[in-house]
Amino acid sequence: MANGTLYMPETEPNYLDYRGRFKGILGWILSTDHKRIGLLYLYSMGLFLTVGIFFGFMMRLELIAPGKVIIEPQTYNSFFTLHGIIMIFLFIIPGLPAVFGNFFLPILIGAKDVAFPRINLLSWWLFAIGGGLAITSVFLPGGPADTGWTFYVPYSIRSTTNVLPAAFAAFILGFSSILTGINFVTTIHRLRAPGMDWFKMPLFIWSLYATAWIQVLATPIIGITLLLVAVERLFGIGLFDPALGGDPVLFQHLFWIYSHPAVYIMILPAMGVISEIIPVFARRTIFGYSFIAFSSLAIAFFGSLVWAHHMFTAGMSDTGRFVFSLLTFLVAIPSAIKVFNWIATLYKGSIQLAPPMLYALGFIFLFSIGGLTGLMQGALSINIHIHDTSFIVGHFHYVMFGGTGFGIFAALHYWLPKMYGRMYNEKRAKVGFWVLITGFNLLYFPMLVMGWLGMPRRYYDYLPEFHVYHFISTIGSWILITGLLIMAVNLILGVRRGAKATDNPWGGETLEWRIQTPPTHENFHEIPVITGGPYEYKINENGQEEKKYEEVT
Amino acid sequence: MSSGDHTAHVHRDDYGSRMGMWLFLFTELILFGGLFLIYAVYRFMYPTEFHVAAMELDTVFGAVNTIILLTSSLTIAMSITALQRNRKTLSLVLQFATILLAISFMVNKYFEWGAKFGYGLYPGSEMLLDKPSGEILFFGLYYTMTGLHGLHVLIGIVFIGIIMYQVWIGRVHSTNYVRLESAGLYWHLVDIIWIFLFPLFYLII
Repeated sequence: MANGTLYMPETEPNYLDYRGRFKGILGWILSTDHKRIGLLYLYSMGLFLTVGIFFGFMMRLELIAPGKVIIEPQTYNSFFTLHGIIMIFLFIIPGLPAVFGNFFLPILIGAKDVAFPRINLLSWWLFAIGGGLAITSVFLPGGPADTGWTFYVPYSIRSTTNVLPAAFAAFILGFSSILTGINFVTTIHRLRAPGMDWFKMPLFIWSLYATAWIQVLATPIIGITLLLVAVERLFGIGLFDPALGGDPVLFQHLFWIYSHPAVYIMILPAMGVISEIIPVFARRTIFGYSFIAFSSLAIAFFGSLVWAHHMFTAGMSDTGRFVFSLLTFLVAIPSAIKVFNWIATLYKGSIQLAPPMLYALGFIFLFSIGGLTGLMQGALSINIHIHDTSFIVGHFHYVMFGGTGFGIFAALHYWLPKMYGRMYNEKRAKVGFWVLITGFNLLYFPMLVMGWLGMPRRYYDYLPEFHVYHFISTIGSWILITGLLIMAVNLILGVRRGAKATDNPWGGETLEWRIQTPPTHENFHEIPVITGGPYEYKINENGQEEKKYEEVT
Repeated sequence: MSSGDHTAHVHRDDYGSRMGMWLFLFTELILFGGLFLIYAVYRFMYPTEFHVAAMELDTVFGAVNTIILLTSSLTIAMSITALQRNRKTLSLVLQFATILLAISFMVNKYFEWGAKFGYGLYPGSEMLLDKPSGEILFFGLYYTMTGLHGLHVLIGIVFIGIIMYQVWIGRVHSTNYVRLESAGLYWHLVDIIWIFLFPLFYLII
């Protein structure tokens, strides 16, 4: 699918050994190499993820029995706030675009770097500063924020906790996200290798493209909204304060105008990763390439018009609710197109259940549960019943963690050998997957059930009839964390001491598998000329897979 | 690109740079768009109070500032053309004129805000809190929107100042002027936002 000498074996140092202007740690935190920036994001995100898991674990532990178990109600309020802020703004939103987008976007389109390498580095610095500020706000006098990650007014104006630094942290993180979005859109428009027209791009790139547009167009809204909360707290101008004539529901609109599309910032790149993995491990061309590509754009478009479905009980005209409910159902169409196309790709494929594939299939299973429970909430009558219950919590964990989280894990297992040049233990990876998915369902499925029965979300205490569900859920959280630990230890051991990975361990057809492992500083010796599509697996008459190029040895 | 040895791939793509700048300007428009949306909602909710409150603003201050900003957009546009024609000194003079005009805009703004503060009209003041809700919101929006715009003027001053330095030392020149163009685009954005703020606060009464 590509012509040209992509690399000269053993003549150029790989990007990990490359010596630039700075040495040691400075060579990383001041590097404008997209691959190093990707790894910087990976490491900082791993740190934030650990903190987020800690808060989640503590909340589940507290809820194992009615009444107080280990933490006070105020601490509990802070924990669910911090769990949300950290997981959403510091892990799930930047997750795939910042780590794997940065690392593989230029490689997959045959470029040597992104369009604006220094702005790319600035994005990481803003991310680190914002993340640092969010963590610092926990320890400042006043106590950690307790408003929930949604910062709803009027409580976020009145709370005496550190809402200001937390909101400002989210503002800075939004800025980082915008700059990444601008960078990616420009890169995809300007730096595709010769011959790589739009419909020869890998589907991961399409999903990043759709994501980048949402980042550019939606994030400023959360920026101005959080800025107004800060101004409100500092000067009391009254825009969201009912005492001064302001309208708190207006805040909710502005908040969700960003935060609903943000859900698609989270899920679209994960869908892109799945679209990369499925053809490789089924040894088949992706089914319905253009439908998958355009469904990303359709999701980005419709996803921007459904925000008020978070507010069906907040006070809105029936016409408004009807329209937003309808639009919500429409988003399900492009999402379903993707799922059906993945399944169709598997049909009559030669399926290899390697760890990345397992995670991809886990994604399809969990995302389907999350997506279908989401449709239930789109229905107005059901929504009123389950609004603000743990059904919602279960639903968005199935989508965000089961979807995006598993997408990130799939990407880790798929691309880590390329990034570090070493292979993890595949058997342990599979064990980790099964423990993880078992714990996941034990943790979140009871939430769907008890939410349906009326358990409100964000509550510190509950009636005895919910005990059994909370108990199972907490046990599930322990199993889930065990699974995560197995995965993390296996990957870290693999990266440090694993066997050397070949250039193309999975037999992929996309460009990253045609270059050296780990990639050289400039990715390609010569910019490749693209002649074919990204997933052209062909079986010849003897039932053997056709090789379209010679392996470089 | 002084850090060229550390950037994986040194390339120059003026079209790409302009594209990135335009995308950034979109985000700025949407940032202000949120505020314009809030303005629209509250103007709809409190038409009479907005009418009464708007009479407190001095149209002369606003008009003078409009003329200043429009002129500064002209000077920055001329400075780009001057640089393209390789007239470096003229270009620098015109950029400096833009900065001076921007500063005079801020001075004007300072006196306008100062007069309101002296009069007792500022967020949280007793005089303002005694007024009806719609007027409180009008002044809340007035201070927020013109304040955020003022912040953009300050950023623009710094931005143009940095580009001036780069023209001075010859990093930005007649065949590589895309950064000056970007600064110009940013400055036009600051201008166009004011073009909308001016009628919304000073003229529609």
